[in-house]
Amino acid sequence: MSSEAVLSSPAPAPATAEQPPSPSLKQTPLHAAHVRLGGKMVGFGGWSMPVQYPSGILTEHRAVRGAAGVFDISHMGQFIVGGPGGKAWLNSLFTNDLNRIHAGQSQYGLLLNERGGVIDDLIIYEYAEGEFLLVVNASKIDEDFAWLSAHLPPPDAEGDTAIELSNRSDRFAALAIQGPRAPGVLAAFFGPTITFPERFGVTVIDHDGLTFVIARTGYTGEDGFELFFPARASAVIWDDLLAAGVSLGLIPCGLGSRDSLRLEACYPLNGSDLSPDRTPLAAGLGIFVALEKGEFIGRDVLLKQKADGGPTERLAAFRMTEKCPPPRPHYPVHAATGDAGADPVGETTSGGLSPTLDAGIGMTYLPAALAKAGTPIQIDIRGKRFAAVVEKKPLYKRRDERFTPAGDKV
Amino acid sequence: MNVPDDLKFAPTHEWLRGADGTVGISDHAQAELTDIVYVDLPKVGTRLTAGQTAAVVESVKAASDIYSPVGGEVSEVNEALAGNPALVNTDPYGDGWLFRLKEVAEAEALMDAEAYRKQISA
Repeated sequence: MSSEAVLSSPAPAPATAEQPPSPSLKQTPLHAAHVRLGGKMVGFGGWSMPVQYPSGILTEHRAVRGAAGVFDISHMGQFIVGGPGGKAWLNSLFTNDLNRIHAGQSQYGLLLNERGGVIDDLIIYEYAEGEFLLVVNASKIDEDFAWLSAHLPPPDAEGDTAIELSNRSDRFAALAIQGPRAPGVLAAFFGPTITFPERFGVTVIDHDGLTFVIARTGYTGEDGFELFFPARASAVIWDDLLAAGVSLGLIPCGLGSRDSLRLEACYPLNGSDLSPDRTPLAAGLGIFVALEKGEFIGRDVLLKQKADGGPTERLAAFRMTEKCPPPRPHYPVHAATGDAGADPVGETTSGGLSPTLDAGIGMTYLPAALAKAGTPIQIDIRGKRFAAVVEKKPLYKRRDERFTPAGDKV
Repeated sequence: MNVPDDLKFAPTHEWLRGADGTVGISDHAQAELTDIVYVDLPKVGTRLTAGQTAAVVESVKAASDIYSPVGGEVSEVNEALAGNPALVNTDPYGDGWLFRLKEVAEAEALMDAEAYRKQISA
């Protein structure tokens, strides 16, 4: 097992000849491949990314729910943390408790500011004993890295530091292979002897002279994997993976279906559903906050919020109950009992059509009393109010029996 | 991309069939919008001027205003789109029509099929 090749791989090839939608947008190493496949390129978090391919968002969404889809997630950031003090230091900045995981496992959690607000949500993978891969949101790479760097302990008298932190975002390419047939796709690509990590597990393998970090994580609510590997190899890997998966129904998927899939699963999107002004408790992410583990940045604010009876607003999921245009972010939300002239009780933070439920869905922060499943609310869509109901999260949950390794014939 | 010769086109991708005042969006427009999931149509009797917002077509990703290509009064709307908005994708010049206008005015400014083909291939 050698992770060194990933960690020391050369920088990616120079940017391709294609013109980005805006000269200020960054391109992933797969930009040319997306353009060649007819991907509709849009700006997202400072990156030029495919929102969809010619197959369309609905088809891409259903491929992931029913078969498999592959997403370029190379825009996301990768940091490496190592050194003898790495785990304890990360644990002092991260809401979850890294002492509960060991090599080969990962954990979802948050970085908070001193006000208990969310800087970013991320997954930390302990890919080898004491060695950590942090995968952060594309739009937050610089901010997160600056935050982490600013909180490094000073070097000791000899100038040594017990913690190694580096930003490897440009060296990694990353693909998410998601859907019930994702294990089959990986077996077709890596060979049938591949050993899959468990859910939230991570393994490092060498394949064709390249090091792959393979994690059983994702952002779709389905079984699936996220692969991290040297950026220079990404074009070949992308083509080979699509070819390996074609008979299983694997298709390339863009950000449009990534958004509709994660919204059905009620995974928050930072910048929309999470903000520096709201705590993870308000966002309903309390199970990823280990208040009892000891000090971490933001903890005192969360303890106080809890002692004061909990957050006054909570992130609720809702489903439209009448035929209407799809709800979208920043639409006003009203209490169903409020009179016509009453002020909105909130604003949608996410929204869209759920292809699986065939209804409009979304998320919104509501006063705690309204944020209970079954509460009728109204969404103002272009000046007209439509009925919706607060639902228990997630809005979509996969039937696990469909996705056990034994049930998935590869 | 299909551009029928018997239709006139607005630069904003709506088409008009002069014979009966039917309005829709072009094949090119539906392909750009993709996956249409909801269509907000004007009320029968609404008076529209050329270029005025007449309808909203919503794809999975975005809401797009549809402008009336000409002036006129809405005489009929395509009720079938309420149950099956994807008709705009599958048959933009047929079953996916949006609304009909009577007393059509300001039609001279529209492009013929040839000119519209040039616009979308530019």
